[in-house]
Amino acid sequence: MLSGAGYCAVCHTRAGGEPFAGGYGLATPFGTIYSTNITPDPATGIGNWSEAAFARAMHEGVARDGSHLFPAFPYDHFTKVSDDDVKAVYAYIMTRPPVSTSPPPNTIPFPLNIRIFQEGWKLLFFRSGRYQPDTTKTAEWNRGAYLAEGLSHCGGCHTPRNTLGAEKVHDAYAGDMVDGWVAPTLTDSNPSPVPWTQGELFSYLRSGASPLHGVSGGPMAPVIHTGLAAVPDADIQAQAVYFADIDQAAVRGSAVEAVVRSRLATSHLGSGQEYDPAARLYAGACIGCHYNAGPMPLTVRPELALNSALTLPTPANFIRVVLGGLSLQDGGPGLVMPAYASAFTDADVARLAAYLRRTRTDRPPWADVDKQVAAIREQLAGSR
Amino acid sequence: MTTLLLNGKTVSIKGPDDSPLLWTIRDEIGLKGTKYGCGIGMCGACTVHVNGRPARSCITTVRSVAGAAVTTIEGLDPAGQHSVQKAWIELQVPQCGYCQSGQIMQAAALLADYPDPTDQDINAVMAGNLCRCMAYIRIRNAIKLAATRMRKDTSQK
Repeated sequence: MLSGAGYCAVCHTRAGGEPFAGGYGLATPFGTIYSTNITPDPATGIGNWSEAAFARAMHEGVARDGSHLFPAFPYDHFTKVSDDDVKAVYAYIMTRPPVSTSPPPNTIPFPLNIRIFQEGWKLLFFRSGRYQPDTTKTAEWNRGAYLAEGLSHCGGCHTPRNTLGAEKVHDAYAGDMVDGWVAPTLTDSNPSPVPWTQGELFSYLRSGASPLHGVSGGPMAPVIHTGLAAVPDADIQAQAVYFADIDQAAVRGSAVEAVVRSRLATSHLGSGQEYDPAARLYAGACIGCHYNAGPMPLTVRPELALNSALTLPTPANFIRVVLGGLSLQDGGPGLVMPAYASAFTDADVARLAAYLRRTRTDRPPWADVDKQVAAIREQLAGSR
Repeated sequence: MTTLLLNGKTVSIKGPDDSPLLWTIRDEIGLKGTKYGCGIGMCGACTVHVNGRPARSCITTVRSVAGAAVTTIEGLDPAGQHSVQKAWIELQVPQCGYCQSGQIMQAAALLADYPDPTDQDINAVMAGNLCRCMAYIRIRNAIKLAATRMRKDTSQK
């Protein structure tokens, strides 16, 4: 369960590879870092690591041989994990089947690849220490904060990083880009039409779908479907409590029903006799699945007028979902969206993005959508 | 190898997993009720159900639905007696008939979500299913007839 909460296997498994055997490439602004083999194989894995060595890696970011680890391994979060939980993760990892394999070499350029430089990075940015409860908050809130800031290392993606790759602690959960996807801000400046309440957060983190925000995709999909799937409801609920407090849902959530009603009033747009080519495109390809009659949207019909992808500052997530689709492993339970890369031209996708942004949100138009579509299409074609 | 639960039976797919589901269903499995229309998800002729949701099988890869329950027109009702199918025959909906398996699959999914659909609901959910014979008026009537019967059946249970 704890290993699931920390998504160990999400990063320490390459696509199609043995679980925990490493080789997954994390593209950073400094180069690609490949995850290591953390199966108990003595030669290529961590079979020779004592529990103390494992705990030092988790809490201090130091490998068994004394070298400093890159912070791609989120020891800045894992340092908050309790000693008992680290022991439990160690016991779990050490009882997985050993696999003999080594990851490809990292592409971090000289001199950043010299591990001693990591010591300076740590002096500047790393604060070692277990999670300290906030006594003004409830036990459930603290449980959620302990998991979110520690093992689940949510800030690893959702907190912006400075030029040296450290999380900006004063800008916690302000959102960032990860693997070309927007990891949205989790604070009260999140632009979704209705706030992320505890109920919406629980539904999303548990199933991958929330009725008033949409479904998971991109790097968040394995977090939910591979990682958090092993975590019990109570711990998901605790994280929902924590993040509903971070985004001030209780203060902002008074007009939800009115907002949903006014948003749903736009759901049928595109279904009439249309002359706008973008609306016709929408009618042909999208509305059959995305239309909602109300009064509340159905979770299995993701309502675009409420969907996060359309209100974010950039169209990256929208374009990626349209071109690449969502498989059963990505989005909400049982839901599939086909990939439109072979059906739509770049101009079609850009037109659709502009149309939906204009008719389904109150946000200003996105800039350079056509260029972003072309760039993402090229990248998707290269990764196949 | 990818497996699907196709019309209630587990099938293993031998073809490539980036193949569109439509061609797997038609050419590998041999069920010809699902039609090829535009090939770009814009006409609805190839509509099947994936886990009960309508999906355009011409642009949905086998890989993306691995392990899912897929239902084609042949499996909508074992005897071909789904309420939408009965209403279709009763009102003599099709002219050439090419789009009808997609229309029926989409309509059945519509009625599962909205058992008493308004004209607006029908316009929106059926907008992506084209009928080049322009049988839209009869399609709408058949959906309403099926809806009335299905609601009656439900209330009697």
